[in-house]
Amino acid sequence: MDLSKATFRGYKRENGRVGVRNHVLILPVDDLSNAAAEAVANNIKGTIAIPHPYGRLQFGADLDLHFRTLIGTGCNPNVAAVVVICIEDGWAKKVADGIKTTGKPVSCFGIEQHGDHDTIMRASKAAKEYVQWASELNREERPLKDLWVSTKCGESDTTSGCGANPTVGNAFDKLYPHKVTLAFGETTELTGGEHLVAARCRNDEVRKKFQFMFDRYQAIIDKHKTSDLSDSQPTKGNIAGGLTTIEEKALGNIQKIGRKCMIDGVLDKHEEPTGPGLWFIDSSSAAAEMVTLCAAAGYTVHLFPTGQGNVIGNPILPVIKLCANPRTVRTMSEHVDVDVSGLLRKEMNPDQAGDKLLECMFRTANGRLTAAEALGHREFVLTRLYESA
Amino acid sequence: MIHFVVHEEGDGVGVVVVEGVKAGQDLVGWIMEDDKEIKMTARSDIPIGHKLALKDYKPGDTVIKYGVDIGKVVAPIARGEHTHVQNLKTKRW
Repeated sequence: MDLSKATFRGYKRENGRVGVRNHVLILPVDDLSNAAAEAVANNIKGTIAIPHPYGRLQFGADLDLHFRTLIGTGCNPNVAAVVVICIEDGWAKKVADGIKTTGKPVSCFGIEQHGDHDTIMRASKAAKEYVQWASELNREERPLKDLWVSTKCGESDTTSGCGANPTVGNAFDKLYPHKVTLAFGETTELTGGEHLVAARCRNDEVRKKFQFMFDRYQAIIDKHKTSDLSDSQPTKGNIAGGLTTIEEKALGNIQKIGRKCMIDGVLDKHEEPTGPGLWFIDSSSAAAEMVTLCAAAGYTVHLFPTGQGNVIGNPILPVIKLCANPRTVRTMSEHVDVDVSGLLRKEMNPDQAGDKLLECMFRTANGRLTAAEALGHREFVLTRLYESA
Repeated sequence: MIHFVVHEEGDGVGVVVVEGVKAGQDLVGWIMEDDKEIKMTARSDIPIGHKLALKDYKPGDTVIKYGVDIGKVVAPIARGEHTHVQNLKTKRW
């Protein structure tokens, strides 16, 4: 596929970033505000609430990550406008101020001294204005480099490593020369192949930072580890699919970064990339946590290979599923956007598979709903660093 | 028809990519990187996505896939036999 003149139709935001969705987000800062946020989203059609269980008595780096993830989610260009709701005014304003730096419309509401009824009414009035305003925004033709593409695999099996993941790798290798901003992560899931990732780092500085992130995560695993990590890494589903060891899983995983792209930078869990290229995001390998971090870092389309059939989606980031396992494609077809099972029958080569994925990526960027979006998968999972106070 | 794939020449295991492989069945494999075909006979029933050994292994041996170490053998494995958690373990955790 010749991508030299490739474009997509997206929403150009106030800060110059380009989104592929036009969400009006109802964002609760804490668990206590979920009910009001969901009531507002129920009142005002075309808005989306993202309830979550956290935000109370967190402190230090863990609280900072919480705020940065919420603010990052609101800042994502797939979001047109945001209504922030919090139990009290101060932190509602803190999150809203963070999102306002993008220039997009944001309002915030505290529940204390008002109660849910009054908060829902005030927030619904703001949400109605936003959703009507957003409905008049138009897509415009934008160059490929304005697209930010992340990847993470889930419920992988051995077909992931020889089919779906190399397909993402092929697509990444094709996108990379066109200054697209790319990302991968899953720190523990590189175990056994970390030397291969280190060898792909652009320079010693990037390599040193990657190794620091990798070693930091391994120290957590070493501190708490159980035999085979209690069937969590590889997961029960991975093992049922034929993956035996973390090394095997990791080597399949890193097929996603292709063969030509270099790793240009390393990001901590709440950082945004500062330029085009391939970025490593230090992150959990749990699907929803990792995809939530990609959305908070500003990525606008996500490529998600699966083997056994992970069904994950995200509220604001379209998650494109691809699969090379013919049994999963047959039994879970409603979840699969791109069937690349022909690869393992030699009916399709990696170049054709990569093109098929890119074609779906462009259609998704132009507005076609992914399977996960159509099925209502909106998993929004915040990463925690340690216990609340 | 391809029954299993091997990532690259030198790998010690292949991945079954069709459903219903039975012990005794003659299988055709495809070495993807080198685009070569090999033949094997399955010694176990092997589910889709699961691995078969391309050679005999004894405990303590290292299994190579993608040209890289994926763990240590913990029970003898015969060529053509199902290779999974019952005979292969991580060296990491």
